[in-house]
Amino acid sequence: MASGVRPRVKAPRSAEAGEVVTIKTLISHKMESGQRKDSDGNTIPRSIIHRFTCEFNGTSIIDVKMFPAISTNPYFEFDAKIPEAGDMVFTWYDDDGDVYTTTKTVKVA
Amino acid sequence: MEFSRRDTLALGLGAAAMTVLPFRVNAASEDAIADFTGGADVAEGGVTLTAPEIAENGNTVPISVSAEGASAIMVLAMGNPTPDVAIFNFGELAGSSSASTRIRLAGTQEVVAVAKLADGSFARASSEVKVTIGGCGG
Repeated sequence: MASGVRPRVKAPRSAEAGEVVTIKTLISHKMESGQRKDSDGNTIPRSIIHRFTCEFNGTSIIDVKMFPAISTNPYFEFDAKIPEAGDMVFTWYDDDGDVYTTTKTVKVA
Repeated sequence: MEFSRRDTLALGLGAAAMTVLPFRVNAASEDAIADFTGGADVAEGGVTLTAPEIAENGNTVPISVSAEGASAIMVLAMGNPTPDVAIFNFGELAGSSSASTRIRLAGTQEVVAVAKLADGSFARASSEVKVTIGGCGG
């Protein structure tokens, strides 16, 4: 599912050095579990995002291993410590090999 | 209503299957926990798992987990066809060992969180969630 996947991230534009901020992420994805059947009774094959990572200037904030029990349009909320100004990189790994990334720049006031 | 010999046998088999099936599901989740902990003992408490008592729609059940100083937290849904839900690994820059997400639950069941604490020990917490409409699209 390479089409219609849109990552959305809510992160502050600026923070104080060492501040802990809350990050919210959402990505549109149907997260087909592999348990459902279509109208002909055939199993719909699994197609999910199986991993989500968030890094700040190359240092890991969170790394989530995901299973089919994560809802459609996976949503995550977590806390990050901002030691300095830099880029926050969000990466989602799809079962079909696609990788979706988005970057947020955080300034230090 | 009269029970024939055949009916009685069928009932008995059904009852036997009922007792065996939950046990198999449990075995899968125990395996998943063992994979995560490496077979170490898991203490009760030390983890906070927030889940609704009643979820109207099993397709999106909001949950949050937190554990002071934990390096990883695993979430399991004991009554799902596959019990694994997610494994959160907290990095160096994690502001706290907590996270929220939305999960699918096939029916009323127990949700379990297992955390790997800073000292390398493991702790767990569980919460019963009543689900009105299941989330596996059967």
